[in-house]
Amino acid sequence: MKEETVIKVEGLTKVFGDFTAVNKISFHVRKGEIFGFLGANGAGKTTAMKMLIGISSPSSGSANVAGFDVYTQTEDIKKSIGYMSQKFALYDDLTVKENIRFFGGIYGLSKNRISQKSNLLIEELGLEKVAHSLVGSLPLGWKQKIAFSVSLLHDPKIVFLDEPTGGVDPITRRQFWEMIYKAANNGTTIFVTTHYMDEAEYCDRVSIMVDGNIEALDTPKNLKTHFGSDSMNDVFLKLARS
Amino acid sequence: MKRFIGFVQKEFYHIFRDRRSLFILFGMPVAQIMLFGFAITNEINNVDIAILDRSQDASTKEIISKISSSEYFSILQHIKEEAEIEEVFKKGRVKAVLYFEKEFSKKLIKQHTAKVQIVTDATDPNVANTISNYINSILSHYQEEQNRAITQDYQIIPQSRMVYNAELKSVYMFVPGVMTVILMLVSAMMTSISITREKELGTMEILLVSPLNPVQVIIGKVFPYIFLSIINAAAIVILSIFVFHVPVKGSLFLLGLESVLFIVTSLALGILISTISATQQTAMMISLMGLMLPVILLSGFIFPISSMPVPLQVISNIVPAKWFIIIVKGIMLKGVGIHIVWKETLVLLGMTLLFIGLSVRKYKIRLE
Repeated sequence: MKEETVIKVEGLTKVFGDFTAVNKISFHVRKGEIFGFLGANGAGKTTAMKMLIGISSPSSGSANVAGFDVYTQTEDIKKSIGYMSQKFALYDDLTVKENIRFFGGIYGLSKNRISQKSNLLIEELGLEKVAHSLVGSLPLGWKQKIAFSVSLLHDPKIVFLDEPTGGVDPITRRQFWEMIYKAANNGTTIFVTTHYMDEAEYCDRVSIMVDGNIEALDTPKNLKTHFGSDSMNDVFLKLARS
Repeated sequence: MKRFIGFVQKEFYHIFRDRRSLFILFGMPVAQIMLFGFAITNEINNVDIAILDRSQDASTKEIISKISSSEYFSILQHIKEEAEIEEVFKKGRVKAVLYFEKEFSKKLIKQHTAKVQIVTDATDPNVANTISNYINSILSHYQEEQNRAITQDYQIIPQSRMVYNAELKSVYMFVPGVMTVILMLVSAMMTSISITREKELGTMEILLVSPLNPVQVIIGKVFPYIFLSIINAAAIVILSIFVFHVPVKGSLFLLGLESVLFIVTSLALGILISTISATQQTAMMISLMGLMLPVILLSGFIFPISSMPVPLQVISNIVPAKWFIIIVKGIMLKGVGIHIVWKETLVLLGMTLLFIGLSVRKYKIRLE
């Protein structure tokens, strides 16, 4: 069985002046995979991700996301991906339903589709009581779940999650990862950056970036064996220090 | 188009659910126009004055009665001594003292000259000046009446006529200014704040990753403000016509078009500000310091540009408000058409294009 590749990156580079933020990185991501994109602050994770989601143009190298080229087909890429930032960005002064309607609308979903999706989402997350409350009044954990569901509204092939669990408690984080698994099981590819090394263990494969380069890329299990460590945290520290 | 409507609807939710923006949008314009129209005025009315009359004869009595019968002055008290002048000023109510010398009538008839001194409280120089001018004109009126019988060999009779604002009402001057300030405030400050707010919240990022392109995002964000600013402009014009009786001598349609142009200029400035500021606070500071001050001080709204030092006169040319005020005054008070204000219109148009061009460039650089 040949697995379908949804992200193909070869020698992708981004240079700002004389600073190379991302240095010739290459990797492939398979359909339905949970791909962890790790690295310290300033290692180039966000820059690399911005190139993949089509809001920053690469300096050199090639990348193909969901079958589209990052140089020439950014509009097509944007239609095929979902994105959730570390701020769980929703509009605080809009209700849950209004947020869903707005974001569904900008992805061009029909009215019927939006109301269908929005009912489903509210039911799944158990938000019936707060569907007409302003998002600003909800706890952070709820906002996070809603933001994730909103990024899945248009059934994207790939979802990019930029540090999606910052500032929430461990139980909520655990619940959030269950949502991620569920989406991956439905065939959505998950591309996730994180600081939390315990979360890295949940990923199918992880890449670790140090100073613009990908220093390691494998399953968490293989990485631990390779570095003779018993946790991903240890692997990360070894790599970062070397 | 459907996406656009959804976007605009969302913008209106933001505006109508935020009391602060609602107040700035609708409270401020009305409050400002009322303040400027009623409270802030260069005219004087019922100013309290005191009289020090050393003669108490027919002439001084006639002059005093002329002054007290005018609506500008009311005589608060009569004093007896020169020393009392300072005392009454210190108390604060009396703004001017009229001091007739001894034997006023007698001197006037025999020597053909008699002296009256006008002492004014110049802690407020504008008021002092106005008072002194008004009293002077009452005195010269009296003099003319006395001289009617006598014909002089040479006589220059100045006849001044104030065109476009015969009664010298200050509200005529404030309406175009206030309109400019409000349109600038609403359009530039509100848009720059609303755009930077999305940046701060992180929703701007989401929008940029969505299939909407950046131009659609920006147009969607500014569209509601164009609409609201037009309503504001209309409200100001209606208030000035019906409450303050300021005439619109020129074409209302042209006034409307020029207002829309100025609104777009301000919006473009607002967008430009939002590209250089990361937070709402910065955007607000830049809008207030960078826009409001020049609009109030350098646009000719309150202080005439021709009396400024040359460097400031030069700088005033880059203030869009200056050109808009010229246009509005022209259309409202003088009734001129586009054949007169086309130059100012072109300047505004050029500035708008420049601001839009700069914002597009800045915006692209940011995206890189």
